[in-house]
Amino acid sequence: MSDTISVTIRVWRQDGPDTPGRFETHPQQITTDASFLEMLDLLNEQLNDRGEEPIVFESDCREGICGTCGVMINGRAHGPQRATATCQLHMREFADGDEIVIEPFRAAGFPIIRDLAIDRSPLDHIIESGGYISVGSGAAPDANLTPVPREAAERAFDAAACIGCGACVAACPNSAAQLFTSAKVGHMALLPQGQPERWSRTEAMVEVMESYFGPCTNHGECHEACPKEISLDFIAYLNRDYVKAKVKNRALSGQR
Amino acid sequence: MEPTPASQPNSMVLDSQVPDGPIADLWENHKFSMNLVNPSNKRKFEVIVVGTGLAGASAAATLGELGYRVKAFTFHDSPRRAHSIAAQGGINAAKNYPNDGDSVHRLFYDTVKGGDYRSREANVHRLAEVSVNIIDQATAQGVPFARDYGGLLDNRSFGGAQVSRTFYARGQTGQQLLLGAYSALMRQVAAGTVELHNRSELLDVVLKDGRACGIVTRDLLSGEVTPHSAHAVVLATGGYGNVYFLSTNAMMCNVTAAWRAHRRGALFANPCYTQIHPTCIPASDDFQSKLTLMSESLRNDGRIWVPSTADESRQAGDIPEAERDYYLERKYPAFGNLVPRDVASRNAKTVVDAGHGVGPLRNGVYLDFAAAIERDGQDAIAARYGNLFDMYQRITGENPYSSPMRIYPASHYTMGGLWVDYHLMTNVPGMYAIGEANFSDHGANRLGASALMQGLADGYFVLPYTIGDDLAGLLGDSVVPTDDPVFTSVVTGIEDETSRWLSTNGSRSVDHFHRELGRMVWDNIGMARNEQGLRQALSDIPALREEFHRDVRVLGSADTLNQSLEKAGRVADFFDLAELMARDALEREESCGGHFREEHQTTEGEAQRDDDNFSHVAAWEWNGPDTPQTRHVEELTFDNVALSQRSYK
Amino acid sequence: MAQSTRERYRVGPVRTRKRAWPFPLNIYQSAVGRKWVMALTGIGLVGFALIHMVGNLHVYEGPARMYEYAETLRTLGGGLVPKSFILWLMRLGLTGMFALHLHAAITLKDMSRHSSDDAGLMSGAKRYAGGRDHIAATYASRTMRWTGPIIALYLLFHLADLTWGWWLGPDFVRGDPYHNVATSLASLPVAILYVVANIALALHIFHGAWSIFQSLGVNNPRYNHLRRGLATGIAGLILIGNLSFPILTQTGLINEDNRACPVNDSDGLVCLAEEAEGH
Repeated sequence: MSDTISVTIRVWRQDGPDTPGRFETHPQQITTDASFLEMLDLLNEQLNDRGEEPIVFESDCREGICGTCGVMINGRAHGPQRATATCQLHMREFADGDEIVIEPFRAAGFPIIRDLAIDRSPLDHIIESGGYISVGSGAAPDANLTPVPREAAERAFDAAACIGCGACVAACPNSAAQLFTSAKVGHMALLPQGQPERWSRTEAMVEVMESYFGPCTNHGECHEACPKEISLDFIAYLNRDYVKAKVKNRALSGQR
Repeated sequence: MEPTPASQPNSMVLDSQVPDGPIADLWENHKFSMNLVNPSNKRKFEVIVVGTGLAGASAAATLGELGYRVKAFTFHDSPRRAHSIAAQGGINAAKNYPNDGDSVHRLFYDTVKGGDYRSREANVHRLAEVSVNIIDQATAQGVPFARDYGGLLDNRSFGGAQVSRTFYARGQTGQQLLLGAYSALMRQVAAGTVELHNRSELLDVVLKDGRACGIVTRDLLSGEVTPHSAHAVVLATGGYGNVYFLSTNAMMCNVTAAWRAHRRGALFANPCYTQIHPTCIPASDDFQSKLTLMSESLRNDGRIWVPSTADESRQAGDIPEAERDYYLERKYPAFGNLVPRDVASRNAKTVVDAGHGVGPLRNGVYLDFAAAIERDGQDAIAARYGNLFDMYQRITGENPYSSPMRIYPASHYTMGGLWVDYHLMTNVPGMYAIGEANFSDHGANRLGASALMQGLADGYFVLPYTIGDDLAGLLGDSVVPTDDPVFTSVVTGIEDETSRWLSTNGSRSVDHFHRELGRMVWDNIGMARNEQGLRQALSDIPALREEFHRDVRVLGSADTLNQSLEKAGRVADFFDLAELMARDALEREESCGGHFREEHQTTEGEAQRDDDNFSHVAAWEWNGPDTPQTRHVEELTFDNVALSQRSYK
Repeated sequence: MAQSTRERYRVGPVRTRKRAWPFPLNIYQSAVGRKWVMALTGIGLVGFALIHMVGNLHVYEGPARMYEYAETLRTLGGGLVPKSFILWLMRLGLTGMFALHLHAAITLKDMSRHSSDDAGLMSGAKRYAGGRDHIAATYASRTMRWTGPIIALYLLFHLADLTWGWWLGPDFVRGDPYHNVATSLASLPVAILYVVANIALALHIFHGAWSIFQSLGVNNPRYNHLRRGLATGIAGLILIGNLSFPILTQTGLINEDNRACPVNDSDGLVCLAEEAEGH
């Protein structure tokens, strides 16, 4: 049942993308039934009452599915609980007297907008470069025309579960976006519907990814940080498909 | 600047534009009779789509594919964040793959009946017709729907439907469908047919000579207020469930776009039709920010009960079978725990109000899986609901495999919204509303797994046809330039409003007022309403609104990311909307679907409709800030469905 | 309030793409391609390390067998090619692989650093003030950028020590590896250096050998659980084998007490050759 605990919040404050940031410390009393973000809501209300500007942090659905939220909590993306987005983290994961350090996700591809809010639009650019199956509205054949083996559909779903929060990038020592990209590439490469554009998609998405993010060196931190526990296997598939794509795309364009 | 409503005749005739003919052929025939825009002329038209959820993203993508020049706006950082993503259960379609007797007509019939006979027959039939195309479209986009061992699509029965017509992707159907629409949208962004504006919030729509000609947005990062012009404006901005403060809607969901359109002359229909979802996790404390919904599919295997004695203090496991009241099974033997949402919700309220509530705050009822686990084994239950059980445990810290879940209803979906005709156009020419933002095809109550269907139907298969009919007449007209006085005056008005919030310098936060408002709306315009409560709301809400405008404290500046400032405008609109909800609920002297007036119930406590006097849509016209809205009526006729009292006994 | 004139902040690419090289070199322009190169050269280098270790076990058979082993390497290819030709080819190949491995590593590290700009860098690694509670990243994976240079420096030392004979001076006898090893590793500082370097090598291989599978996308759910074990096995084998040389030399197991042939590069080698012949 619920207890009230006292914690010390050390939170990153930064006024804008180009201004230097700093840490601010606030003591906070909170019931353990509260979610982590409700704790911040409460703190913000207290700040507002004192005439101080509230801490900017982003969240929307608070059900762990929209991917809007995400901060580093004590050096871990989305905090200490496995497979849990920041919005689903509850204060019962913390103990009385804890110091909680809250920082934004960091990567050169994720510039800080303000306080804990970051710009993750590079992830959209990766999708834009090929993260789709080209089918115009109304052009689709009957859904049951192409059976998909259940295992393939399930595996594709495992990849498609990605919520695009960017925790993988934040947790990665190299700030690589391999897990995000491989999840989308893997999702579509596993389905028959994704085959026609498989090679061009892989090539394009990897190249846009690499223009914003670092290289993957197989640490595996991304998988641990991922609220949806996307498997590292998809990164392996991506690596394989990319080099295959380099060969195949030439063949397809008749340069071989 | 004060918005002035579009000039409308006093006795407005609401023309639904529904063509004549047998309902089964209506849409097919109408597609032929509508005007077309020649493919090479489509690029001459600019269309603004506001919102990038299921409806907005699918509409923007499809319009882009057709060749229109589309500007899509989202106030999120990415189109993929829209709250459509949180829908869990599934999407209905009359595919009849399971061969269990489903058909377009049955889906149509069920939807009209489920909506308690307060929806427009022609719209619902069209929805049922295009539902099958949605599944084809989504599958082709790579949506990983659940499949059986033969590799074909799996279906389940959902929310009390007598047939299995719900397609699903684990418990994340909304996410997968939205990602499908999002990918289609991003494809058009890459192709250059759609210009995507993220982190841009609509703050007003702009009319010239009574026709929508553009919108004005505020860039949430830089604070820049920008006018955008177009030949048509499509609002796909979702519902207003957050008027309750505590709801299953996302934190940022709001009514602002629809409301500001309303203030410019668009009629707002049936605001009192709100849906309360029966299976949410009860609030655990006073400053809870939102409620979490768990898929209604849980009711397929869970049994709902409360202790027979009020103020029970024993743990669930210590209460013997004989002292448990399985009230839904008792009252509705035929449907049991699978009664429609409104019935399940209202019964939960009844037992909790009578003191049978469970949990630390006595604000829930049990949803018990013990019998199902005994019957099918824990593994089978985990396979079906594992992610929901995990979610429950994360939020409450309790293990639902060993002790029953606690659930309670929460605001979830709003059937009311901007009034639209058969073309999904509001009464303001050139302005469309699709998805949850319109007053929709769900009547007074939406069936489970129908929201995704409607959003995608509107966006993929309805609006792209109907918008051409109107645009065809505008060939050769250029858009109104953004330096036209109609734009500049609105921009100035928004900037004035922004500086007013920042200079109010009161004492309480925006959230404080939102929470207070939400409590008022929940108590008086929630699951059950009565005249006294509604009148109370009508006097309390304006008083609190006055205090809000006088005493709110919004800190910071207007030219950075300022979340309090964003919220202030949204909450101001919720105040106005809440008042209209109360008025609408008061005027509708009947019970139907999500609108339950305690004065109008059968002897068994069921909703009592008054078809003679209220078989109509109530659409409200804005008359300025200090004048009550005018109520207009669109009569509903039912030629294909026989009206009956719903009974789930 | 005046209309904001401030430009909206927009994030641009961290790096711009250079002109594409012709196929298949363009693969190397991408980080994924570079990881392929690292993995493929890694396979070669790990293979070399393994074979080198196994070959060196001849030391336990005495000076003559060690001489024979070294001589065999030099005469690979029999009479078809000039003496040492194949050996030099292998050396060139190894040098090439090493250079590629190194170049890819350095450029990838550079890319990693640029991708974490402003992210609180500390000694080249991304840091958070809240500490960095690594969960999956092992000590080995995080220290690749340290173990790598240690191995490179060690390799130079090793070559200078036992191939070029820079330190042993007159004690160095070209063509008598047993003697050279026994003499060099008898020095305690040198032995310690070998121990440290080989621990670094094992750590490097522990992550590297696993990483190869990921980088090349050799992935089969049925066998994936074996990958970590395989990497540990290879790293462990190389570690144990390689550590045995300095340790056993220090403990006196490898010594020249019972050596039959004299130590010099003329009749000493002839003697070794004859002894090996008689075997």
